[in-house]
Amino acid sequence: MSRPEASPKSYARGREPEASVALALLATMRRDLLALLRRPGAAFNSLAFFALVITLFPIGISPDPELLATIAPGLLWVAALLAALLSLDGMFRDDFADGTLEQLLLAAQPLPLMALAKVAVHWLTTGLPLALMAPVLGVMLSLPPGSYAVLVLSLALGSATLSVIGAIGAALTVGLSRGGVLLSLLVLPLYVPVLIFGAGAVQAAIAGTSVAAHLALLGALLAVSLVFAPWAIAASLRISLNG
Amino acid sequence: MWAFFHKLASPKGFYAFSARLSPWFWAAAAVLIGAGVVWGLAFAPADYQQGNSFRIIYVHVPAAFLAQSIFVAMALAGLVFMVWKIKLADMAATAMAPLGAGMTFVALLSGAVWGVPTWGTWWQWDARLTSMLILFFLYIGVIALRGAFDGRDSGSRAASVLTMVGVINIPIIKYSVEWWYTLHQPATFSITSRPAMPVEMWLPLLIMVLGFYSFFIAVTLTRTRSVILHRESAKRWVRELAGEDG
Repeated sequence: MSRPEASPKSYARGREPEASVALALLATMRRDLLALLRRPGAAFNSLAFFALVITLFPIGISPDPELLATIAPGLLWVAALLAALLSLDGMFRDDFADGTLEQLLLAAQPLPLMALAKVAVHWLTTGLPLALMAPVLGVMLSLPPGSYAVLVLSLALGSATLSVIGAIGAALTVGLSRGGVLLSLLVLPLYVPVLIFGAGAVQAAIAGTSVAAHLALLGALLAVSLVFAPWAIAASLRISLNG
Repeated sequence: MWAFFHKLASPKGFYAFSARLSPWFWAAAAVLIGAGVVWGLAFAPADYQQGNSFRIIYVHVPAAFLAQSIFVAMALAGLVFMVWKIKLADMAATAMAPLGAGMTFVALLSGAVWGVPTWGTWWQWDARLTSMLILFFLYIGVIALRGAFDGRDSGSRAASVLTMVGVINIPIIKYSVEWWYTLHQPATFSITSRPAMPVEMWLPLLIMVLGFYSFFIAVTLTRTRSVILHRESAKRWVRELAGEDG
């Protein structure tokens, strides 16, 4: 695809603009992943939180396996949602503090795409591990067999949407000194549909009915949020940085 | 024509224009709500199933209408503010938000009171109550976010973004909650089909709905005027106005 209106300077480095966007995306993701690898504690914290919250419920409600089995899908989903929520605050905060976000804003590449790279890293390091860890906690809650695959799939799919939508809230509150509580106030109402269809998928799997509709709706939510949210994230980052 | 709109969109022009407009809406609201209350509470026939308790509908339904309309109005104002940088739109959105939250609360409260005689409980996790509750949280989030910023412009733009994100989500939340579980009676008013209620019952309801909308417009005009004065207090025309008044 040629772009005649682009000035000759943009070709001066011998690279197509499209290629430079892909390069920048990969570079951003690689940098963020490396930063997390060097400091793995942050990613482990939300996993530990997930396990801890799940531990609290049998203690608080009842250790009765039958009762736990009936509420396990909802418990696992709510706890995973809260764990993902807790990690949101750190999504942009370090980059905001050390000026990386400003560089992203100034860069020639479109900010919505660059923000999406950060969201992808957040999901890879939070949502995906949570989904993979959920079966272990499911065993502890005596989740009925046959629903484990659906649990992992629904959490993996749903947590991606949680990361995308949550990034809007994280971007809006990144400039505020005490944004944490406000962030959960902004984001939790928007999480309701994901929770309904995510927990619904696991419940449907336990009941033996088709889970395709729930998973399809989770996928639809992800698709819609992937289309709209990057623009909102970019606009929010600009507001936070200029304020 | 355009000059008129341009003048209207400036805080000063709107301040003068709304001074002439708002008394009419206040009067319309008083007449309509007064007539609707008397007609609905005293003269409309009692429901054959629910008896007199159904009369809560005359508060509940208009409040629920406004709760949703105001959020949409705020999102439109936010869009206008973000796209055309018209400050007046943001002032209006600021003025509307508390009324919207209040109407949502009134709808929830009147629904709870209505639930006791009809369902035998104050609260049911049914679709519409739940989505109303979530709408209430969305209002609180918008108001809190606006207040959290030190710079007014950043707070306004952040609240605008959040309102627009919220308005896209409201239908999604509504339908997902509806598929989740439902107990609530189907919608009272529908534009496309004939109402199931007798005329003597829904005519006062219609009057109440119109009265509530007039009230909303009147409150928004009046509150926007005070937001204008507050934000433009450094401008010369506001100081001259204050000097004239004493």
